[in-house]
Amino acid sequence: MYRIGIDVGGTNTDAIILDEHHKLIHAVKSPTSLDIKTGIETSLRNLLQESKIDKTQITHAMLGTTQCTNAIVERKKLASVGIIRLGYPATASVPPYTAWPKDMVEKLSGNYALVHGGYEYDGQVLSEVDEDEIRELLAKWREKVESIAVIGVFSSIKNDQELRVRDLIHEVYGEEYPVSCSSLIGSVGLIERENATILNAALYKVIETTTEGFVHALEEEGITDAVVYLCQNDGTLMSIDYAKQFPIFTIACGPTNSIRGASYLAQIKDTMVLDVGGTTSDIGVLQDGFPRESSVAVEVGDIRTNFRMPDIISVGLGGGSIVRVDDNGKISVGPDSVGYRISEEALVFGGSTLTATDIAVRLGMADIGDKSLVSHIEEEFALAVQAEISSIVGQAIDKMKTSSEDVQLVLVGGGSIIIPDSIRGVASMIKAENGTVANAIGASIAQISGQYEQIYIYSREPREASLKDAERKAVQQAVLAGAVSDTIELVEVEETPLAYHPENATRLRVKVVGKMS
Amino acid sequence: MRYLDKAAIENIAIGAAFLGTGGGGDPYIGKLMAISAIEKNGPVRLYSVDEIDDEDFFIPAAMMGAPSVSSEKFPNGSEFVKVFQKLAQYLGKDKIAGTYPMEAGGVNSMIPIVVAAQLGLPLVDCDGMGRAFPELQMVTFNLDGISATPMAITDEKGNIGIFETIDNKWTERLARVATVEMGASAMVSLYPTTGAQMKKSGVHHIVTLSEQIGEIISSNHRDANEKLQELLTLVSGYELFHGKIVDVIREIKGGFNLGKMNLEGIEAHKGGNMQVHFQNENLVAERDGQVVGMTPDLLCLVDYETLLPVTTESLKYGKRVRVIGLPANEKWRTEKGIQTAGPRYFGYDYDYVPIEELIKKAVADHV
Repeated sequence: MYRIGIDVGGTNTDAIILDEHHKLIHAVKSPTSLDIKTGIETSLRNLLQESKIDKTQITHAMLGTTQCTNAIVERKKLASVGIIRLGYPATASVPPYTAWPKDMVEKLSGNYALVHGGYEYDGQVLSEVDEDEIRELLAKWREKVESIAVIGVFSSIKNDQELRVRDLIHEVYGEEYPVSCSSLIGSVGLIERENATILNAALYKVIETTTEGFVHALEEEGITDAVVYLCQNDGTLMSIDYAKQFPIFTIACGPTNSIRGASYLAQIKDTMVLDVGGTTSDIGVLQDGFPRESSVAVEVGDIRTNFRMPDIISVGLGGGSIVRVDDNGKISVGPDSVGYRISEEALVFGGSTLTATDIAVRLGMADIGDKSLVSHIEEEFALAVQAEISSIVGQAIDKMKTSSEDVQLVLVGGGSIIIPDSIRGVASMIKAENGTVANAIGASIAQISGQYEQIYIYSREPREASLKDAERKAVQQAVLAGAVSDTIELVEVEETPLAYHPENATRLRVKVVGKMS
Repeated sequence: MRYLDKAAIENIAIGAAFLGTGGGGDPYIGKLMAISAIEKNGPVRLYSVDEIDDEDFFIPAAMMGAPSVSSEKFPNGSEFVKVFQKLAQYLGKDKIAGTYPMEAGGVNSMIPIVVAAQLGLPLVDCDGMGRAFPELQMVTFNLDGISATPMAITDEKGNIGIFETIDNKWTERLARVATVEMGASAMVSLYPTTGAQMKKSGVHHIVTLSEQIGEIISSNHRDANEKLQELLTLVSGYELFHGKIVDVIREIKGGFNLGKMNLEGIEAHKGGNMQVHFQNENLVAERDGQVVGMTPDLLCLVDYETLLPVTTESLKYGKRVRVIGLPANEKWRTEKGIQTAGPRYFGYDYDYVPIEELIKKAVADHV
């Protein structure tokens, strides 16, 4: 029994095989191709040829991909979206697409409608849904939109209106028509949740091509019996069917996979992880084996959203970072980098640009290239550069801490050779073996999750009953995503009381995780 | 007179959220509403208090309710005009000369801009608080004996109420009940005033001050410390502390968001701690157990690096902030002002001491 994990990064596409004991059998790296697909195929082919394992024994294949992020940032392959906001007469003062980049609105065709619907903060009806109004809209949009986003005011309290509109769309446009409901995607904050839902709706073609491409690549290599999963940004997996409904959850799965993989390699569930690449480094925090989530609105392609995202800090520091000294003798490292041209441009490879890697080789921290090419660098200078690197990392780590205590740090990534042993605020540092493929390992060890969020009024439905209800609904989500029901555990409960509510209303968010089937 | 365009609105929203001392509503939604309104109706005229006539009549416009509700169910937009016109009609005034903000805060600095744009009215550079406060009687007009009523209140569905109350504390009590029933978010018009009353009892220059604060915070060509110094000079303020939020304790009582947060010092304040108490707005700050700022003076929390204002609803474990204290407008430092919004009103068992004196004392104790 084997499982395959593939992670498509900005520079490399990594692929690994684990056996049934989660032992790493083989790992390969190949450049990420412009079309993504070729890079995946090459990595997969090399992996299978070099490892010579029995392909029929491969039971699971996991893919972590950046394609959805790229599609949004580059405005490519996006679907034309119709937006139905259920909330009239409220919310008309800020229509959908306010504050969006104009080119993006044009790309998505700009169709929206504010119709009757929505709930009050305490679950009472704001307005009833008017079916005729929706049907009229659908008749008008038939040739204009390829995917629909449905957003109801306070749908995080009650989402039956959103679901009813979804059914109506299916009734009119057919069962297969892609519909994204906001209550399943983001949290309270209408504009941010609406934005996330619109992006999700716009991504349906991208995710379809990606998943079909992956399945096809596996078949080409003779892997036909494996269950296929996509990685989500919370460190769990989703089935292909689920991924088609929620493509936006693949955004930022790369850094998540790295820190999850690091945790696995170091065998630590609560720690801080530093993943050093060629140009940038990511810092994330693992809590009980899963990444800490960001609590602030996150911009994706200049659009403000509030769907769950890992809390990651990126700093412009990597193996290829360019080292400079200004007129006043001040040393700087990065944020610019020679990037993938490091094997031509760095001094140790015979190039002419002084990089962080050259400093690491000069100080004997790494044995790469020709170290005689950096022997002319003064040791004192090299140490000063190292102190600058240490200071950049130390500051970033401090921002991620939640207490003043020193943290434990797990170090992964191809560029991690440049990181000095001592950093302010770090009690101990673990350099993970096989850390250069931590992301692909993270992809292949992920579990299946389910999440549910709703505002409960504890004076009407006691806290215990509310928690049980939310957990039951989260479990349903997990099962839908492909989890085995009797392996599901509760991993997170977040309670936020609502201001001004006379009856002790609390927003309750519950997350469960289980093993994959 | 000058015009407020989109850039001005962006800055006013930031500056007013700063003066909002943690309350006053969601700055993001407020800003989007105002920008949508001027995109549709054109820029808004801003008059200084000196430019208005004593006999003219003005009505402020504001939102009342829970910020977390207004980030989800925000207004239709037409209710401002409705509530405004209803009050004018009730007062028997056929001509309203302009509008102005009730308080400086994230959403309530923006609502009057929406109304001004929709009705083609000017906005007056004046408010009734010089900051944000949680209750309707905490208004400088009230200190001078001006009645909050007749007051109009409405929701996006079209329900409208008119209150005439025996005093301004009753206005607060009754309006809050109506607000909760209307979905915890309502539009209000109250404290109808003449130009002469605004000149005497309002806090002047507040829109411009908000804009200036916003300009400093949003400028990106200086580092945080330079911006901070400039900001402190502008508002005669003090940086009381910088630290990381290590604990936030909240409770909901009588329709308010009450609580306190503990901060642990970073950088120059390493080893120290601060506790900030709030009721929608920040009320009292204690540094190493000693009070260094209290209501009605302003206690503003800003992000450590960007200096962007932090609302009490978005407080979160681990966030790095600076705590800035500013002296309140002189009207709040009178006997009636302290009685209305001083520490004892909010249940703290000590007398009001101006922030300048607290700082002097803290420095002296330290030496």
